[in-house]
Amino acid sequence: MDRYSRQQLFAPIGERGQQSIREKHVLLIGAGALGAANAETLVRAGIGKITIVDRDYVEWSNLQRQQLYTEEDAAKRLPKAIAASVHLRAINSDVVVEPIVADADARLIEHIVGRHRPDVIIDSTDNFDVRMIINDVSQKYDVPWIYGACVGSYGLSYVVIPNETPCLRCLLEDVPFGVATCDTAGIISPVVHMVVAHQTAEALKICVHAQVNRKLVSFDTWHGQYHMIDVHKLKKDDCPSCGPKRTYPALQYENETKFAVLCGRETVQIRPAHRGEREWTTLLSFLTKRGIQVEQNDYLFSFTVNSHRFVVFSDGRVLIHGTNDVQEAKRLYYQYLG
Amino acid sequence: MRCIINGEMIDLPAHIRTVAQLLQHFRIHEKIAIVEVNANIIMKEKYEHTAIADGDRIEIVHFVGGG
Ligand SMILES: [Zn+2]
Repeated sequence: MDRYSRQQLFAPIGERGQQSIREKHVLLIGAGALGAANAETLVRAGIGKITIVDRDYVEWSNLQRQQLYTEEDAAKRLPKAIAASVHLRAINSDVVVEPIVADADARLIEHIVGRHRPDVIIDSTDNFDVRMIINDVSQKYDVPWIYGACVGSYGLSYVVIPNETPCLRCLLEDVPFGVATCDTAGIISPVVHMVVAHQTAEALKICVHAQVNRKLVSFDTWHGQYHMIDVHKLKKDDCPSCGPKRTYPALQYENETKFAVLCGRETVQIRPAHRGEREWTTLLSFLTKRGIQVEQNDYLFSFTVNSHRFVVFSDGRVLIHGTNDVQEAKRLYYQYLG
Repeated sequence: MRCIINGEMIDLPAHIRTVAQLLQHFRIHEKIAIVEVNANIIMKEKYEHTAIADGDRIEIVHFVGGG
């Protein structure tokens, strides 16, 4: 087939590798900037099947970097998973594209992975709650996953192979909390593509059964930095996700970040899973720069963005006033509070 | 003291002598950072006791969540 001729000419893939790619199933969690670019690259490469999970819809502010989407998608507020699948099928009709418009919570991810056993999970989410769930599901069902994230002009990527490499929880003793997000620190498209270049290269290697890069890769596309770290020493014997006495903490209900509508108050309360130290410097300086007033006392701080009032308590609890919609509250929460 | 941090030569205030102090200086939360000094990865529990010296090549990788 002429379609994949250039990819087959590349010796590490070859005709056999191309056949192998055709038989693989990728699960993509998130269809934002990373998700759209990952999906397009893998669909063009001729992956067998791609399942795309996303809870969000296309907005105008996405078009600057979320390469699959058009103005029409934004005008119609199409769910990203749906808009992506329409464009992806037009790009390559050989590929089975399965969109799932839903929140990627522990139950859903475990259901998909347990039932369909994808060959690799690609992380294109915007928060660590979901990444920790992916990390646990990956270990439980022995499916590799590829971490990717970026903010500003900085990005990083890392492949987790169960029983071989340290898992994400081995590398992170705590969930980064209140760290910079794309909605507070901004993001430029080049770093998205650099992260995706790493993720898709590793995904293709997994598809053709080649050796993956076991190093943690990080880079800054604006300041011209690039670095790889060998992290194998960080594998922990007592890791609750990948150690012998594992408990898969992210899959336990009591460890989920919980969103609850407070009846009659047009308010959603969020109780975060992790009570780690919170660092709000980026958020506070973002709010100050935009001229948004922050009110603060010893117990909480609050601010209003686009008619939604956020109240952040020192114990980590957050109230978002002005909505009864848990999905909307989730979006706002991860947008501003990371 | 001058160290090469993430590829750039940086002058550090004199009071910074350990990896833990260095992270504090850059306001990076210890638990979410991975640090390499002269190509050796430093275990998190040793940040406080790992001294840094003039001319060290230090890489600090911090995790972000965006995407
Ligand atoms: Zn682990």
